[in-house]
Amino acid sequence: MTRLNRVWSTVYLAALLMLPGQASADDVVIDIIGGIEGATPIAVVPFQRADGADPETGIAPIITANLARTGRFDVLPEDDLVATPGRMEDVRFSTWRAQGVDHLVVGGIDNASDGRYEVRFELLDAFQGQRTDGRRYRAEERHLRTLAHTISDRIYEAITDRPGTFTKRIAYVAVEQREDGEGRQHRLVVADSDGHRPQTILTSDEPLLSPAWSPSRDRLAYVSFEGRRSEVFVQEIRTGEREQVASFRGINSAPAWSPDGDRLAVTLSRDGAANIYLIDLASGEVRPVTDHWAIDTEATWGPDGEWIYFTSDRGGRPQIYRTTPDGGETERVTYEGAYNARPSISPDGERMAMVHRHDGQYYIALQDLETEAVQIISDGPADESPSFAPNGDLVIYTAGGTEGQRLATASVIGGAVAPLESTERPDTRVREPAW
Amino acid sequence: MTARSHRNVALHPLRTLGLAASLALLAGCAHWIEDPETAPGEETELETEDFDPTEAEALEDPSDADEERLERARAEGLDPDDPLDAAVLDEPDSPLATRRVHFAFDSSDIRDEDIPVLEAHAEFLREHPDERMTIEGHTDERGSREYNLALGERRAEAVERLLRANGARSDQLEVVSYGEEDPLIDESNEDAWAENRRAELLYER
Repeated sequence: MTRLNRVWSTVYLAALLMLPGQASADDVVIDIIGGIEGATPIAVVPFQRADGADPETGIAPIITANLARTGRFDVLPEDDLVATPGRMEDVRFSTWRAQGVDHLVVGGIDNASDGRYEVRFELLDAFQGQRTDGRRYRAEERHLRTLAHTISDRIYEAITDRPGTFTKRIAYVAVEQREDGEGRQHRLVVADSDGHRPQTILTSDEPLLSPAWSPSRDRLAYVSFEGRRSEVFVQEIRTGEREQVASFRGINSAPAWSPDGDRLAVTLSRDGAANIYLIDLASGEVRPVTDHWAIDTEATWGPDGEWIYFTSDRGGRPQIYRTTPDGGETERVTYEGAYNARPSISPDGERMAMVHRHDGQYYIALQDLETEAVQIISDGPADESPSFAPNGDLVIYTAGGTEGQRLATASVIGGAVAPLESTERPDTRVREPAW
Repeated sequence: MTARSHRNVALHPLRTLGLAASLALLAGCAHWIEDPETAPGEETELETEDFDPTEAEALEDPSDADEERLERARAEGLDPDDPLDAAVLDEPDSPLATRRVHFAFDSSDIRDEDIPVLEAHAEFLREHPDERMTIEGHTDERGSREYNLALGERRAEAVERLLRANGARSDQLEVVSYGEEDPLIDESNEDAWAENRRAELLYER
C-alpha cells in the first residue's frame, strides 16, 4: 500500500493546506509520484443504505480499492468527501468540480421484496452534470462482492473505454507451516481479483507452483510435487477433476496454454537438458519446440499464437528469447540487464512483463516489444511471477522481501503498486499468481 | 515437504529404534534359553580346566569393541549392519559421512573441496552395486522459480556425472530437482542462500 498511501496522503495534505488550491496539489502529485500523472480524479460516495438494509459487505470500498489499484484513477479519500449524496438528484455538481473531481459514483442499497438486496449505482460526469452509466441489481448478500466487482468493471469501461478486469478471478499458491508443526502445507487457491473469497482447490504437503488459467478460464494447469518430483496437471475448477498431463523422466513444469486452449507448452528434461515441448491435450502427443543444451523454460505464448517466449541461459545468463511453435526461427528479446526471466505477454501483444534483476535485486519490469524500452514497475527486492490481468492494464506478481511473500499489483502505466489485501493467515506465503 | 527434506535426520531416530528393537529381541532370546521350564532336563559332567587370565588379556575382548561400535552407532543414529553406515562407523572421518555439496550463485560447478566426497560416494556405489542414490538439486530463493527448478536439476546432474565418471552406474542414480521449493534454511540472507544452494545425496533406505 505504501505508494498509493503516499499518493493519497499527498493529495490529502495538499487539500488541507491549500483548499481548494487544486493546481498546486497537481504540482505536488506529479512531483512525487510520476505514475499517477494524468490519473482521472474520481469520488466514490458510500452507498446509502435504506432502513434495515445493512449487509456486511460494503460496495463503495470495493469499488474504491479496485479503481485505485489501476493507477488510472485518483480516488478522493473518503475523509475528503464534501457531501454524501445517494442519487443524482441530490448531487451539487459545482461542489465536486471545485474539488477537482471529474467523475462521481453514487448509489444505494435497499431491501428487495424477495429477501435479496437491491443495489443501485450511478456514474456521474461532474463537468457535464450528466449520468454516464447507471444500473439497478438484485442480489443475495453472498453475491454482493461479485456485484461490486461487476460495477467496478462497468465504471472502468465507461471512463477508460477499456474492458474491466475485476470480475476475473485469480489463482495463487499459499504456503504455510502445518498446524501440527510437521513441515509446510501448500494450497492451490482461486480467489476474487482483490484476493477475497479464497477457495482452496488442492492441498499438498509437497510444493505446488506455476498455476495457469486455460483460455476458457474453467481449468488450471499447474506443477505439483505430490509424486516427489515435478509433474504437470490440468484441473477443472468446478468439479475438481484433474488429469496428469506430463510425468516424464526429469522435470515436468512451467505449463502455458496455447491461445486456442488445445495445447500446453511445458518444460521437460526427459531428453537431457530442460527444453520447451508442446503437448496436444486431446491426443497427448508431445513435440519438441526447442532443442538446446542450455536451460530453456518458462514458456508463454504471444496472443496470436505466433510466438512462444521463454527464458534461456544459452547466452550464459537467463534472458528471454522467442521462437515459433514449430521451433523454427529463434531470437533473443531482452538485452537490458544480466537477468531477465519468467515472461508474460500482454493480451494485445505489445508489452512483456518479466523478472528483472537490477543492482542485485529482483523487480517486475515491462519491456515494450516494439521499442525494447524497459521500465521497472514494482518495488522489489525479491519480486517474481508476473502475470498480466486479462485486460492488460495491471500486472499481478509475488512481492517478496524479508517480510515474506504476498501478492501485489502494478499498473502498466507505472507508479501504482498496491498489495492485495490477503485473506490468508499473516504468516502464509502467498505467491505464484495467475490472473 | 519439510518432512522429506529432513529425511536424513528423521531416519536416524528410526534406525536407532530398529537397533533398539533388535537388541530387545536378542534379550528376549537369552531369556528364553535360560528358561528352566524349557531347558533340556538331563545334565552331563563337564571337563574341568584352569583359567589363564593372561591368555584372555592377550586377545582383545571382541565384545568390548563391538559394544563400543554399537554405542557409537546408537549415538550417531547409524545402523552397523548397513554397509554405508558401517563404512562411516569404521572410519569416522570418511567423506561418506558428507551427503551434501554446495554451489556458488547461479552455478552448477562442483567445488574442488567436494570432489573427494563425491569420489568416495562413487567408489562406495561401485563396491555396493545394490545401493541406490537419489540426487536432489536445490537453489536459493532468488530469481524465477521455474528457472531455479531447471538450475536445481543442472546441479544434481553435475553431481550425477561426476559419480558416473567415477564408477557409479547410471541405474544406481536418480536425479530430482526441487528448485527453490525446499530450502534448508527458510530465511532471506546470504548465509541461508549459501546453505540452500546444494545437492543432497540420499541413499535409498
